[in-house]
Formats: sequence, structure tokens, C-alpha cells
Amino acid sequence: MNIPLKKARLLTEEDLNRTLMRFAHQFVEPFDDLSTLAIIGMQTRGVYIAKRICQNIKKAYNFEVPMGVLDVTFYRDDFRTKMKMPSVQVTEIPYDIYGKDLVLVDDVLYTGRTVRSALDALTSFGRPNSIRFCSLIDRGHRELPITADYVGLHVPTHISEEIRVQVKELDGEDAVYLVENANMD
Amino acid sequence: MSDTSATYEFKHKHLLGLKDYTGDDIRYILDQARHFREILDRPVPKVPTLRDKTIVNLFYENSTRTRISFELAQKRMGADVVNFAKSASSTKKGESLKDTIRNIESMKIDMVVVRHESPGVPHYLTRCVAASIINAGDGAHEHPTQALLDMFSMSQRFNTFEGLKVAIIGDITHSRVVRSNIIGLSRLGAAVTVCGPKTLMPLYAEELGANVSYDLEETLGWCDVAMALRIQLERQESGLFPSIREYHERFGIKRQHLEKYPDFIIMHPGPINRGVELESEVADSDRAIILNQVTNGVAVRMAILYLIAGGTRI
Repeated sequence: MNIPLKKARLLTEEDLNRTLMRFAHQFVEPFDDLSTLAIIGMQTRGVYIAKRICQNIKKAYNFEVPMGVLDVTFYRDDFRTKMKMPSVQVTEIPYDIYGKDLVLVDDVLYTGRTVRSALDALTSFGRPNSIRFCSLIDRGHRELPITADYVGLHVPTHISEEIRVQVKELDGEDAVYLVENANMD
Repeated sequence: MSDTSATYEFKHKHLLGLKDYTGDDIRYILDQARHFREILDRPVPKVPTLRDKTIVNLFYENSTRTRISFELAQKRMGADVVNFAKSASSTKKGESLKDTIRNIESMKIDMVVVRHESPGVPHYLTRCVAASIINAGDGAHEHPTQALLDMFSMSQRFNTFEGLKVAIIGDITHSRVVRSNIIGLSRLGAAVTVCGPKTLMPLYAEELGANVSYDLEETLGWCDVAMALRIQLERQESGLFPSIREYHERFGIKRQHLEKYPDFIIMHPGPINRGVELESEVADSDRAIILNQVTNGVAVRMAILYLIAGGTRI
């Protein structure tokens, strides 16, 4: 197994906290009435980022945003071209998305295929009023006409590089790294 | 369970019987099935994951629930489905099984779900065609998807299989459900007791790793799960037990058992003979999870189709 080489730390814990607080304000900004706002975290690390944003909105606006979790494995168009079958993870959207203004949250925006899958997946849960997309990192190399409404950091990357988002709950620290040639999956 | 799934990889091309599956394989299928169960509760209970797959359901033996369950699972996953029933087929015109399956495969089939009265037919088919084969019941040999859905239903009620006590009651000799369940449950660490009249008890029950009992009271006092099997009424005609009434007296689960032994839950692979293996009130009591088993069947079969479909490619 080759050990990925950490080339640079893009965000520290402090940077990350600041960005997630900014997202909280940005999510709320367009609304006079927050009652239609809802957040969906995408498995796996998008879920943890979404949770933090929800906590920040609670702190700053004293409003409990409904949050759901989405796994898009069923909707992927590339799952049989990968080496290993992806394990299906939890999907749980504990509210009716009809009429909601949703914000989808993920850690890294890359080809855009995951977002496309997520948009497909959401149609089987109902018809939201609107969907916006928020990504902590945008690393470029899009293969579909998709863009994020909210981005934490734009990072021009080489195709052989990878972005590694780490969260305390899973990885023991909050940080974002640029790594070389990591073995994904 | 979830920590094994990080390193675990499902590698089977076929599901012929649980005999070929390890404890890790089974745990992984049950774990994945939870996520497929959730799809069934969505407003649109359908995903496009298998929309590039064509599946034939080859049923040489009558079946309502298993066939419908497979067909629903396939449609919920977006696959194209073709159904083949023996009664309306070329078998009547004298075509052999091998020719039938090879003809069907020429129409670009990815997967075959087969039920047949002869044990070993699914294994035989793997040598005839390149498609993945899923066993939906072969004679009195195995019925792996039924056992998996039974275990999934148990896992919703109990935290662990380690030390779980499962009793299977009824016609043990002629049941494929029993064989698959004994194999699967023992690989997960559960203890299995089979219970029934001596004439319906095979010699190999102990070899498979099950305890044998001929006393219903003793068995119900011991178990956490009591799974009653369907008594085929024609077995009585062949003299294996004297009468339905006598069978019910000695091996039917009755209301007084529920009062006397307050803990065990009741399962049944269906279809139920009310008043034979289960008293009607027992089948309808809140300790019976029989209808959950049916719902779970669709989710478990979805998980299997997903894993088998992926396992064939790199």
C-alpha cells in the first residue's frame, strides 16, 4: 500500500471553523423566513460538514435547520468502472422535502458526477422549491456543467493530486490537505 | 459490523447456497440490506442502479411470494425483467433445461434467478452459461435468499447472533429453508434446534450442526425465535404423520404457548396453514413478525442483486 504524501495543508482547524461559520451566514442570507431552509449532507464527509453548519446556524440565529443525509451510490454512473464495489451507506431524510429550499453539502467538488447523482436521487424524495450546492473545496476538473453556489476554497489541482478533508469525528483532526497520488477506495 | 465493511470486499459471482458464503459475507449482505430497506419507504421507491441489467426469472416450480418478491426487487432497482414459467414454456414441447437456458442467454441476459424441483440445478446452470445465477430454491437443498431474509428479520429484533437461540419446527426433511438457515445461522454464531416428528426428521440434521428435539414444549422453553415451517398436506397422505389434527396437537404453536413462554418471537416462511403449524391467533399475534419477513424479503433481494451485479465486473 502506498502512503499518500501530504504536500500542503490547505486549511487548519481554525480556517475550517471560520469557513463553516461563513457558510452558516451565507445559507441564511437570502431568507426573511427560515422555515423552508433545509440542509442535506452527502456521505461521508459532507455529513459532518453539514452538521457543523447546522450547529453554527443554531448558534448565530437560534434556528434548528432540518438536516438529512444522502448516499448517492444507487445513482452513480461510474460505480462499475471502479475497482471495488462501493458499500452503500445510510440515507436518511427525516422531513418532507416538498417546497423546501435545500442546500446540498459536500466536501470536495471535482468532476461534478456526485452532484448530478444527488440531484437525481433527490427527485425520488419529492419536489423541493430550490436546490443550492455548497462545497468546502472546489478542485476543478469538471466533467459536467455543474458549479457550486458556495465554495470554501478554490484549489487549482493537478489530476494526480487529491484533496483529503479530515474531520475530528472520523480522522481525529480538523484539516484539509493536498496529497499526491493517493490510493482512493 | 460497519467496521468490517471498510476492508471487506464482496467477491461472489453467484448465490447458489449459503454453503459457499462465509460469516463475513452474510454479515455484509445483512448490513447492506438495511440501506435497501430504506428505499422501500421513499415516496418514489425506485433507484436506477441496475438499469443496464436484464434478469430472467426461471421458475420451474410454482411460487407466488418468492417470484413476486424477486420481481419487485428487480423493478425497484431498475432492471429489465423477463419471467419464465414452466407451464407456459417450451419445456412442454420437450426442450431440455440446457437448451432453454442457452437460448435465453443468447438474448443478452446478465442474471438468472432459478427455482427448480431438483437439487443442484443452479450449480448445473453455472456450467452452461456465463450469466450470474441466483438460487431461488432447488428441491430440498437450499433457499439462500429466504434464509438471508429470515436472518435480516432476526437482526431487527436482536442485537447479535452470538448465542441467539433459534428453533425451527416442522417438516425438517423436505425443507430447503431449514438447510440454508442452519448453515447461515451457525456461521453467525447462533444455536439452532430443529424440532418435529421423527418421520420428518432427516439423519443429517446433527451433521449440519443443529440440535435435534422431538418435544415442542422443551424447544419453545429454550428458544428466542420459533420458526414454524409449512406442513405440506400431501405428506400426510404418504403416511409420514397420522393426521393434521395430531400434528397440530403435538407440534402446532398455540395460544397457551405464548402465555407460558413469554419471550420468543414467531416466524414463518409462508404460506401458513392456519390451524396446523400455527394456531390462527398465534399467526396474528404481535409476537409474529411474518409480514415483516415478507417486506424484508424485497430489501434483502435488492441487496443481493446489487452485490452480485457488481461482483461480475472489475
